[in-house]
Amino acid sequence: MNLRATVTVTLKRSVLDPQGAAVRSGLLSMGYDKVRDVRVGKHLVLELDGCASPEEGSRMVDEMCRRLLANPVIEEYRFEIAEAPSRGGHEC
Amino acid sequence: MKFGIVVFPGSNCDADAYYAVRDGLGVPVEYIWHGTRDVGGFDCIVLPGGFAYGDYLRAGAIARFSPVMDAVLEFAERGGLVLGICNGFQVLLECGLLPGAMLRNDSLQFRCGYVNLKVENAATPFTNALERGRVIRLPIAHGEGNYYADSQTLGNLQAAGRVLFRYCDGEGNVTAEANPNGSLLNIAGICNSRGNVAGMMPHPERAYQRILGSADGLEIFRSVTSFLGGR
Repeated sequence: MNLRATVTVTLKRSVLDPQGAAVRSGLLSMGYDKVRDVRVGKHLVLELDGCASPEEGSRMVDEMCRRLLANPVIEEYRFEIAEAPSRGGHEC
Repeated sequence: MKFGIVVFPGSNCDADAYYAVRDGLGVPVEYIWHGTRDVGGFDCIVLPGGFAYGDYLRAGAIARFSPVMDAVLEFAERGGLVLGICNGFQVLLECGLLPGAMLRNDSLQFRCGYVNLKVENAATPFTNALERGRVIRLPIAHGEGNYYADSQTLGNLQAAGRVLFRYCDGEGNVTAEANPNGSLLNIAGICNSRGNVAGMMPHPERAYQRILGSADGLEIFRSVTSFLGGR
């Protein structure tokens, strides 16, 4: 089965996020005074082909996050996994 | 005695390191292509500065999976000397040879210029030509040099004398104003517990003779040769 994993990587709460702080100060200066905190992160979309099950895909993505996509010293990650939408189009 | 300079796609201080060793020290040196799995015959391996693999994802994150890095890990395991400079330091953090991680500079700006560094430990293979407490001048050039580690790791580093350099002012005072990137405890360079792997954000290879603005960097390389020579 073909799966699509959507991974979000952000800095841990305990780690200061200078980019997020800069974005927040920009928003505040634009008048959005209700913005208490901004965290900047990464959004990755992985297309997986030929997985035996969503569980297998999930295990793989978790491993990939731990080994490469996130740095556990400073970052945390979460992901969603779902059946990939059909690629569509006509075969000719 | 022979130095090896690893060349990743995107390394850009490899030639500087090569010339610092060859012309500054007068010691044999060769480039090591990132695709090789053999680092036999080398006594010290330098991971140079630059933007290995474009620094995509995180600085050093992809480079650590280069074929050569398996060989570098084995080399370090056997006690070989490994020096990571700037991007090379980031690679050493990513591959776990050194603890901690680099965050974006707290200024959010790429910082390029000379800094003062206080030598915190002069009893390592990389610092023995210096004296503890001495202030040296080296250039920095990085956007992600904001050293981070949890408080336990920082405590261990300090207790074991594994902090090699800290950013300071011209008189050797370690102050917030002298910190160019927000590094915890002003840390600019550290080593592993065994002392054979070191990483530093400043560039000693860009300061190996006075015409470059400082010759202090040569002492780092000279430390390595005196360590190897006396072994």
